[in-house]
Amino acid sequence: MHNKTIAQIARDLAAGEYSSVEITQSLLTRIEQLDKTYNSFITVTAEQALAQAKAADEQRAAGNANAWTGVPMAHKDIFCTNGVLTSCASKMLSNFVAPYDATVVSNFNQAGAVSLGKLNMDEFAMGSSNESSYYGGVKNPWDIERVPGGSSGGSAAAVAARLVPGATATDTGGSIRQPAAFCGITGLKPTYGRVSRWGMIAFASSLDQGGTMTRTAEDSAMMLNVMASFDPKDSTCVDQDIPDYTATLNNSIEGLTIGLPKEYFRDDLSAEMQQQVRDAIAEFEKMGAKVKEISLPNTHLAIPAYYVVAPAECSANLSRMDGVRFGHRCENPQDINDLYKRSRGEGFGEEVKRRIMVGAYALSAGFYDAYYKQAQQVRRLIKNDFVEAFKEVDVIMSPTTPSPAFKAGEKTSDPVAMYLEDIFTIALNLAGLPGMSIPCGQVAAEGGNPLPVGLQLIGNYFDEARLLNLGHQFQQATDWHQQAPADLA
Amino acid sequence: MEWEVVIGLEIHAQLATKSKIFSGASTEYGADANTQACAVDLGLPGVLPVFNEEALRMAVKFGLAIDAEIGKKSVFDRKNYFYPDLPKGYQTTQLHHPIVGMGHIDIELDDGSTRRINVTRAHLEEDAGKSVHEGFGTMSGIDLNRAGTPLVEIVSEPEMRSAKEAAAYFRKMHSIVTYLGICDGDLSQGSMRCDCNVSLRPKGQEEFGTRTEIKNVNSFRNVERAIEVEIERQMDILEDGGSITQETRLYDADKNETRSMRSKEVANDYRYFPCPDLLPVIIDDNYIEAVRETLPELPDAKRHRFVKDHGLSTTEAAVLASSRDLAHYFETAAHAANDYKLAANWVQADVSAALNRLEISVTELAATAEQLGRILVLIKDNTLNNGGAKEVFNALVEGKGDGSVDCIDSLIDSMGLKQVSDTGAIEAIVDEVLANNQKLVESYLATPVEKRGKAMGPFIGQTRKAAKGVNPQVVMEVLKKKLSELG
Repeated sequence: MHNKTIAQIARDLAAGEYSSVEITQSLLTRIEQLDKTYNSFITVTAEQALAQAKAADEQRAAGNANAWTGVPMAHKDIFCTNGVLTSCASKMLSNFVAPYDATVVSNFNQAGAVSLGKLNMDEFAMGSSNESSYYGGVKNPWDIERVPGGSSGGSAAAVAARLVPGATATDTGGSIRQPAAFCGITGLKPTYGRVSRWGMIAFASSLDQGGTMTRTAEDSAMMLNVMASFDPKDSTCVDQDIPDYTATLNNSIEGLTIGLPKEYFRDDLSAEMQQQVRDAIAEFEKMGAKVKEISLPNTHLAIPAYYVVAPAECSANLSRMDGVRFGHRCENPQDINDLYKRSRGEGFGEEVKRRIMVGAYALSAGFYDAYYKQAQQVRRLIKNDFVEAFKEVDVIMSPTTPSPAFKAGEKTSDPVAMYLEDIFTIALNLAGLPGMSIPCGQVAAEGGNPLPVGLQLIGNYFDEARLLNLGHQFQQATDWHQQAPADLA
Repeated sequence: MEWEVVIGLEIHAQLATKSKIFSGASTEYGADANTQACAVDLGLPGVLPVFNEEALRMAVKFGLAIDAEIGKKSVFDRKNYFYPDLPKGYQTTQLHHPIVGMGHIDIELDDGSTRRINVTRAHLEEDAGKSVHEGFGTMSGIDLNRAGTPLVEIVSEPEMRSAKEAAAYFRKMHSIVTYLGICDGDLSQGSMRCDCNVSLRPKGQEEFGTRTEIKNVNSFRNVERAIEVEIERQMDILEDGGSITQETRLYDADKNETRSMRSKEVANDYRYFPCPDLLPVIIDDNYIEAVRETLPELPDAKRHRFVKDHGLSTTEAAVLASSRDLAHYFETAAHAANDYKLAANWVQADVSAALNRLEISVTELAATAEQLGRILVLIKDNTLNNGGAKEVFNALVEGKGDGSVDCIDSLIDSMGLKQVSDTGAIEAIVDEVLANNQKLVESYLATPVEKRGKAMGPFIGQTRKAAKGVNPQVVMEVLKKKLSELG
């Protein structure tokens, strides 16, 4: 039952193959058995899930079911869930029970979905390996010595381990696409403004975007149908028509032009990885797409710009975690400064502190123009690169990551090496573009375990339907998305 | 040495929106602590601000009223600092692109002249909450009801040259924002607060001296007093050859002194940057013109009209136009009576006296402007004499009648205030008074003719006592006639 996709579960529930309570219970049991190993959940809401499942079954019996009624899924612990711990994987919020639902959460609730719980992540979504979580690292189901990627490592691992068929996630610099690639699943980061950020705990407000983690592009389309909404509570949400993303999955891709940015196919990318990605692109050519080399000349500026903008925004966004109204407060504060210093000193982990410091520095008097202002100018250059490119091509493809999943602890002492993990994904966030990672091959790791390789598809603004269409067509022609870690299949 | 005083004011005016600038919570004053603070105001994780367009409309209205440039693209910035009553750890404000640019107002000086004071800018921002230091032992309480209340911060050029000018400027701003209806102007509730930047320089020197900032002064009188004592303090230091420390000071009204609050050397680096949760606010000419349409007549225009069209003195006009509510009361009464001069006298005398006595504002006065208008009409057609009119008015002030204009006539009847001008009726009353006061008559007749005018007083009093509403002029004439008949 755990190998079923969202689409299959929806069909089975509609056909009465099993009830929502049955599949929910089955997955809860599986989580209980397996997640001790992966640590992908921070909170499992079994009781609530079963109540939701029961209500969904009743709704179906009453003849009021829709596509999502009774379908199980789970949320990244960055989305506020009314009455449930919402920790953002931080000690700081390890006692924070949100008094309201994020718009994304309430969209799924209203659609009738069943939430199994809250998924592990890097603390405040800052990280590329899920090792910064206060609740411990998440293991990659393909090789538990290795990281699942981050920051949405819990979402990716849970979907890869078949604990849930789909999960919400967020992406600020690659936090959906990189873990999707590391875990061999399909991850979609929509256009900035497509999905409401209300109730999604902010890391870097101008870059954060909620998205999906699923095994197939079809499931991703189903999730996006629920997630995407215009939300007046989020001023940066864009009021633009939302198509039925499942309606165009089977469109022909014949005649589409795929752009291959030369800056993304670099020499330091292993020949093996390159080959997998090029083979995947050849698959699209077989389906009638054309390939064109393009240039995104400002690519090398993306990481430096990102590591000014994102820390700057986070330094302000995390100021509200001050121990005054909620969250961790130190014991016996002597005065207000002591309360601030110790509450924040104890509540935040190392990576979060590092980014707050970097951000505060970049915004300081005398440095603002050199750092923040210049980074914003770079952002415009990067955006223009893409705007120019999309005049010539319909979609851009690249590897999602420079290497497959690395071993836990390998990069924790070298922040810059960790930051370079996001080299292919970050530019999209700076430009606000949608991107998707689909599994497109495997490379053999030392020790023999195969490790998945991700193909990144970059679309024009609000062109998610095209990415999903391409992903679906690729998954009709190949079976990389059906590959599972050996002991989980 | 002769010193020149340089003063600039920063006025924070709370905008009279129903809900907060970035949330739907109510802005009403005086609720129980933290009952008017929603998730956004509390700065909970995950919440986002949504700009209240009513605050924008009010700020634009203000900008138009001071003849300022309106920012067609204004941008909200985050001003970062930690304070317990600042929930997000930053204040959302406008640094580089304020909604209102350079404008100006005219203030009236004691000698009757006016002076133009330029306004550098006015920007929108959110108010903070309040720290409560009593009742929590060694801890402090935080009340976030006020957090997120929209403010417009109005920054003047450093162009005022005396405490009196500064107070006149503050008064004028108060008058403008209350005329516009964008601020309730209630200083006691902190609806308007003033930071005063004060410095001295040798007369003739171009360069500014080091300034101090007196924070949060909240009355017209205190602005004047605080600046006065600060000028004295600075002058004493400078005359002694000392130098002024740039710092923030607080005014203690009880001791009438300013004292140091914090020095600027350790001031925060606010690390301003554009708020990524809010889009730039873009408005066009159509928007601005639509707001302009809603501008009411402003104090200066009203003052000039009172003088030019209705013959009031400049002093009268200044008093009556200073407050929107008072001006409205006055004009309503004047219009009903078709007599601005008479209404002006009444509003400045009897109405003001009643307000001072009861310590209320004109909007709380039980005697309505329409009722006063009716009283004035009745004075003019001789139905009421002046004393009777005052009695009726005061009865209304005390809550007599049903608030309607019509109730006045019956009130006059029941109080017996209707003026008797009929000579025959008055003759009968006078005859009776004379008959009952033989001794007075005798002493009157014994008075030399040239002093008799004054000796008539008691008869007038007796006559009016006998019949309240008698027309005093007619009484005088009848008395003169009757007494002269006697000898």
